[in-house]
Amino acid sequence: MVTADTTPASPAPKAPQTNKLGLTLADYKGSPSTLCDGCGHDAITSQLIKAFWELNIEPHQVAKLSGIGCSSKTPAYFLSRSHGFNSVHGRMPSVATGAFLANQKLIYVGVSGDGDTASIGLGQFCHMIRRNIPIVYVCEDNGVYGLTKGQFSATADQGSKLKDGTANHLNAIDLCGLAIELGCSFVGRSFAGDPRQLVALLKAAISHRGTAILDVISPCVTFNNHEGSSKSYKKVKETDTPLHELGYVPFYEQISVDYEEGEVRTVELHDGSHLQLKKLGQDYDPTDRLAAESAIYQSHKDGHLLTGLLYINEDNQNFGQVLDMVDTPLSRLKTDDLRPPKEALDEIMATLM
Amino acid sequence: MNTLAANSKETIESKGQKINEFSIHVATVNGSGSQSSNTVLMRSIFQMGIPVSGKNLFPSNIMGLPTWFTIRVNKNGYVARTEHVDILVAMNPQTAVEDVKSLPKGAVCVSPVELNLDKVRQDVIHYLVPFSQLAVEATENIKLRKLLTNIIYVGVVAHILDIDQVEIDKAIAQQFEGKEKAIALNVGAAMAGRKWAQENITKQDPFKVERLDKTKGKIIIDGNGAAALGCLFAGISVVTWYPITPSSSLCEQLIDYLEQYRKDKKTGKATFAVVQAEDELAAVGMALGAGWAGARSMTSTSGPGISLMSEFAGFGYFTEIPTVIFDVQRVGPSTGLPTRTSQADLMSTYLLSHGDTKHPILLPGSVSECFDLAVEAFNLAERLQQPVFVLTDLDLGMNNWMSDPFTYPTTPMDRGKVLSKEDLEKLGGFSRYKDVDGDGIPYRTIPGTEHPKAAYFTRGSGHNEDALYSERSADYVNLMDRLNKKTETARKIMPKPVVDKVQGAKIGIIAYGSSDFAVVESRDQLNDAKTQTSYLRLRALPISKDVVEFVQSHDRVYVVEQNRDAQLQKLIIMDYPELAGKLVAVTHYTGMPIDAQFITDSILKKEQEKK
Repeated sequence: MVTADTTPASPAPKAPQTNKLGLTLADYKGSPSTLCDGCGHDAITSQLIKAFWELNIEPHQVAKLSGIGCSSKTPAYFLSRSHGFNSVHGRMPSVATGAFLANQKLIYVGVSGDGDTASIGLGQFCHMIRRNIPIVYVCEDNGVYGLTKGQFSATADQGSKLKDGTANHLNAIDLCGLAIELGCSFVGRSFAGDPRQLVALLKAAISHRGTAILDVISPCVTFNNHEGSSKSYKKVKETDTPLHELGYVPFYEQISVDYEEGEVRTVELHDGSHLQLKKLGQDYDPTDRLAAESAIYQSHKDGHLLTGLLYINEDNQNFGQVLDMVDTPLSRLKTDDLRPPKEALDEIMATLM
Repeated sequence: MNTLAANSKETIESKGQKINEFSIHVATVNGSGSQSSNTVLMRSIFQMGIPVSGKNLFPSNIMGLPTWFTIRVNKNGYVARTEHVDILVAMNPQTAVEDVKSLPKGAVCVSPVELNLDKVRQDVIHYLVPFSQLAVEATENIKLRKLLTNIIYVGVVAHILDIDQVEIDKAIAQQFEGKEKAIALNVGAAMAGRKWAQENITKQDPFKVERLDKTKGKIIIDGNGAAALGCLFAGISVVTWYPITPSSSLCEQLIDYLEQYRKDKKTGKATFAVVQAEDELAAVGMALGAGWAGARSMTSTSGPGISLMSEFAGFGYFTEIPTVIFDVQRVGPSTGLPTRTSQADLMSTYLLSHGDTKHPILLPGSVSECFDLAVEAFNLAERLQQPVFVLTDLDLGMNNWMSDPFTYPTTPMDRGKVLSKEDLEKLGGFSRYKDVDGDGIPYRTIPGTEHPKAAYFTRGSGHNEDALYSERSADYVNLMDRLNKKTETARKIMPKPVVDKVQGAKIGIIAYGSSDFAVVESRDQLNDAKTQTSYLRLRALPISKDVVEFVQSHDRVYVVEQNRDAQLQKLIIMDYPELAGKLVAVTHYTGMPIDAQFITDSILKKEQEKK
């Protein structure tokens, strides 16, 4: 027993570290994962847990949503104190849109996969972006349908092979390129095997108030991790080409200035936090839409997997601003705000007589 | 001008007058602007205190195809469609010959002189009008001439029927509210038509209006407008929709009302959100997302949209999320007849989705019920925690109907079993899908509730009482049985049928929705034919147990509905197989609204067969 005025002879069992809210990392976890050992999705789940914990976000202020597929199971594995919604295939964006309209104060995290997003869900994905619904939309992208045992998805690269040697002859849909084309206000790509880059991008996406698309290459250890697959751990490690080294600085911390001039770009996010982009090789301006599209195009030609913050536009109005809703979440309005008075009905009736 | 053919067997009285009891059929080309003129004509008669109803029979097209508008004037207040045409205004050259051929002998035909319709039929009364010439005189603007022709025929008809000019003027003023130029132009043109008729027509027909006091204090509104008002006063806050005939005008009118009545007084900001979705899949997904997150949400569609919403409807039932879905029915399957009316979505909507599913459905039978049951739908959705459907149809939804003014909701909004932060502090936690109260309805929390135990996981996959993933048979059976219990709760709390039990009547009629207008009239016709009937008008599914007693206390019960497969009859038998032997189907599925004579003839014929 340790009391206040005595120093223990031997170190006491270390109390788990807490964040500014007094919550431990475990408080941000969910049920144990039921995915395959080594699945890239679990690595992403860990970074989601870490990002929310480190950002000191109250779990009840978060809503997590998903569609159908392996990736869509993951919201059960993080933030057990947040409301969760496992919807129908490819239609999580519509549910998230409705939830956002009911309560624009919550932070929305959507987890989807390449099957869920790039095929059945492509329409809703596009329209969510078009409306700029504030959500962190993570596509856990492995190029195959895992839950139905390894068929190609629409993000499978041309020439990539299934386990049985079947080759994909069709073009891959590049979700980042598409998102930028649609005017998405935050577009990043990362790799489940690069936790440092991923957690910085996740935090920046959470600080952003618009649709943030993160296409995270997340190898499927069971169906797409073999020789001939373009999305195996080995292949992705070879082709991963980070645009920059990312550092996230929350709004309550000072930006460090120990970089040389011209070495770092700083992007200010909605909540006053900053994302520092340390130059690696070529300079890259993530606010230049054309340059972003061109870089993605070039990366396809070069066989590189371009990762990092591809594009950001902090000036876009989100859907809540477009609709000009009251500040109070619609879900919290009371009868007086919701039901017009009897005089209103009388007035309308008079015009119909 | 021709007179009645001598010795014709008139179906219309030529002796004496027909006052306040006739129907007018206006044939035009769609997109020609005749709709507003027809509304003026209808409204002016309504303003004279005479019961009237109007129906727009229009094509699935924007411009150039035939369209008909029928106005039924009836001193007894019958407002259902009637097959009978007394006065034809034949403005459409494409259909004029067919239109005039289908008239009964002795009917009136008002037509442009150049169509020479008097050569087609000599046994109807022709009033040949030089519309083109009158339009030229009415305006120098060539573009406006075609439009003004419509209001000129209103003037002509007003003279023939003796409709007061002040009422025409008033109806025009209401139709073109605030547009002074348009009002002046239309009033002038109507007057020109009347003046020509006064000087050139010798009245030979018996039809005439005379002032009554039967519409005083009444309103005229379409069912979609009424439902929109119901949503407004239900306190709707999230509206997500996708355009489709005949439902679009529900959300369009609702948007107008929301813009006017639901802006915060201090800030001018909206206390609502409206989204025109990318399709019906998204529209219902958004409605469910909003319902889940604690808002009153709705979407509105028609048959094809209902089909698309099927998967999410099952999801909403299984995960227990409130929302309200309006289905303004049209003729299916597939694209079907998009601008014709039907009640054929009843069974598929009740069971919408794969897997064992049953949805509560409300069935308004008038515009005032479109209002009342829309308000009630939101209370029921939040009480029962599931999507609630409101089924109307094109006839009720898009046509104008007389009604008493709507009554302001007297009961508070029922937000259902929602646990607050304070509740959770007391309880220490909760099981999302546990039947605590024995009514099958569990408790829920709203995302954002500030308590570590507030969260739960909503999933369309199998789940146990704690909302955790489960494939255990016992959990699944427990869940499905509880959902069934909820259906039984719904059966008790949904609006009761309206029953008129007649002492001594051996036969009964069961109907719902817009069929009511025709059933009311048919029962009087049947009475005249010495066949007394009782009547039960169903207002909701699941079917109330009251139906059992009603059916059992009659020898036979005719189930009248506007679909081919006698869907309500089958649903009654599904719940109450013991009633099967007493139910006889009367089905009408032409795409036209059901009419009283059809019901009367069907029932009398079947009664004859029984004897």
